[in-house]
Amino acid sequence: MTVNQVSVFIENRQGRLGEVLQILKDNDVNILSISLADTTEYGLLRLIVNKPEHAKEVLLAAGFSSMLTEVLIIKVPHVAGSLQNILSEIAKANVSIEYMYGLSVESTDASIVMKTNELERAQEVLKNIHIDTMTEKEIESL
Amino acid sequence: MIWNEKMECMSREEMTKLQSERLVKLVKYVYDNVEFYRNKMDKAGVKPSDIHGIEDITKLPYTTKDDLRDTYPFGLFAAPHSDIVRIHASSGTTGKATVVGYTQNDIDMWSECVARCMSMADVTKDDIIQIAYGYGLFTGGLGAHYGAEKLGAMVVPMSTGNSKKLTTMMVDFGATAIACTPSYLLHLSEVLRDEGLLDKIKLKAAICGAEPWTEKMRNEIETRLNITAHDIYGLSEIMGPGVACDCKCHSGLHICEDYFYPEIIDSKTLEPVADGETGELVFTTLSKEGIPLIRYRTKDLTSIIREKCECGRTSVRITRFKGRSDDMLIIRGVNVFPSQVEAALVNVEEVTPHYMMIVDRENNLDSLEIQVEVDVKYYTDEIKGIEKLTKKIAGVIQSALGISAKIKLMGPNTLKRSEGKAVHVVDNRKLY
Repeated sequence: MTVNQVSVFIENRQGRLGEVLQILKDNDVNILSISLADTTEYGLLRLIVNKPEHAKEVLLAAGFSSMLTEVLIIKVPHVAGSLQNILSEIAKANVSIEYMYGLSVESTDASIVMKTNELERAQEVLKNIHIDTMTEKEIESL
Repeated sequence: MIWNEKMECMSREEMTKLQSERLVKLVKYVYDNVEFYRNKMDKAGVKPSDIHGIEDITKLPYTTKDDLRDTYPFGLFAAPHSDIVRIHASSGTTGKATVVGYTQNDIDMWSECVARCMSMADVTKDDIIQIAYGYGLFTGGLGAHYGAEKLGAMVVPMSTGNSKKLTTMMVDFGATAIACTPSYLLHLSEVLRDEGLLDKIKLKAAICGAEPWTEKMRNEIETRLNITAHDIYGLSEIMGPGVACDCKCHSGLHICEDYFYPEIIDSKTLEPVADGETGELVFTTLSKEGIPLIRYRTKDLTSIIREKCECGRTSVRITRFKGRSDDMLIIRGVNVFPSQVEAALVNVEEVTPHYMMIVDRENNLDSLEIQVEVDVKYYTDEIKGIEKLTKKIAGVIQSALGISAKIKLMGPNTLKRSEGKAVHVVDNRKLY
C-alpha cells in the first residue's frame, strides 16, 4: 500500500517553515513524520500527516505550493540488518530510491518513509520478502 | 597628448561650419538611401533642401532603438552590402538584437576616435596595451583594438574571462595600459593583490568604459593600481567606444563632435534643455556611411559643458552620466532590458509571468539573480527535479541576455505584485 505524503516547496526566508506549521495546527492536522531537505536557496518539506488531502488543500489555499506524493511506509523489524536486507532486495529489482526518512511510532517496528521511482515493483519486492507497509487507514488512526 | 589637434582644438566657428557642411550632406545621403528616413522626413514635412546648417537639426525627427528593431536587421543601412565590411550587434529591447554595419571609412573613423581617446590617457605607440573587453559582436573588444593599433601601440587582445592569464601577462609583458570595464579592473586589482603582483606591474593608464561608474570607483582604481583611469563612452548604434572620453582634467568627457553632434533634450517634451541642465543625450552621426543615424536618442542622462577645457581641447564635453531615461541595465558591460527577461520567460511553461531581477556587485563583479515563480502544477518534491528546472531557466536566460544569471525559484505569490507599473528590478549597485 502506498500513502500520500504532503510535500511543500519553501523558499529560504525566515519564518516560512513556521507559517506552514501554523496553518497545519490551525486546521487540526497531526504531523506524524517530517523531513526537510534543504539547499542554499530553498527547502523541500515532506510530511506524513493524518489528513494529507486536507493538509494539501489548506496549504494551497494559503499560497504554498503543496502537493501529494505517493510514498511507501515500510515497517522495518527491530532486528539488526533488516533495513539493509530490504534495500538490497529493492536494488536487485532495479528500483531506485529517491529519498527516505524515518517515521517513529510506538510499536515494535521502526518505520521508514520511502519514495522510489517504481512504486509497483517496490511493493512486489516487499511482498515477496514479507515486509509490511502501512495503509492510509493506519496512518489516520495514529 | 592631443592626437588630432586640428579637430580637437578647432575654434567654435570652424566647428559649426564643419558640422553644418556634414549635416547637409548627411541628410541628403540618408534621404536618398534609406527608405525609413525618406518616409519619416516626408511625414514630418522636411526635405533635405530645408537643412542649411547645424541649427536646422531640430527640424529633423528623432530615431530610437525601436526604429532599429522594427527595421531589423539591415533596414537602416545606407550603404550597399558590398560596402559593409563589418557587423556589430547589441541587445535589443526584446528578443531581437540591434544590428549595425560599418564601411571601411566607418572603421577608419572609429579607430581615429579611439586613438584620440587613448591619447587623452597619454597612451602612445610606445605603450603595451591589453584589451580586456569581449571580442565579437560586442563593440568593446574590436573597437578598442583597432584604435590602439591606429595609435601604433603594442596590442594584446586578451578579451575577457581569464583573469589569471591576464595578470600573468600584464607582469610578464610589462603592460603599461589596459582597456576594460571599470568593475573588471577593480576585480583585477584584487587578483593582483592576492597574487602579490601589485608591485611588479608597469601599468600607468586604464581606459574604462562599457558601463557607468562613479568618481569613487575611479579614485579606488587609481589608488589601488597607482594609475590614471579614463572614462570612455560609446554605444554601438552610434559607433562603439570612442564617442567621448575624459582627459587628464577629468572634468567631463570630450565628444568627437566633428563626427557626432550632441544635443540634450527633455525626455518627456522632447524639447532641448539649456546647457548645464540634465537631460537625454541625443547624437547625430555626421559622417557615418554604414548606418548613419539622425538624432538618435541614447536614453543616457547627462548635461553639456561648452567651455574650453584646461587640456586645450575645445570640443564640447558631457558630464558623468546621471542615469537612464529607460529601464536598461548594464551588467558586466552588457546591456540588459527587463523586457528581454520577460520575453524569454514566456517560453518557459513552468513559470508564471512574475519575476524580479536583483542586480548587485560582489567583489566588484556584477551579479544578476532572477527570481521566478513556478506554476503550482509544475512543482516536484524532488530536489533533482527542481535543479533541472533551475538549469533549464538559466539556459533560456543565458541565451536571451548573453550573460549568465542565478535563477532562484520562488513559491507561488511570493513576488510582490505592484499596482500600476510593475517593478521588476532591484539594483543594489550605486552607479549614478
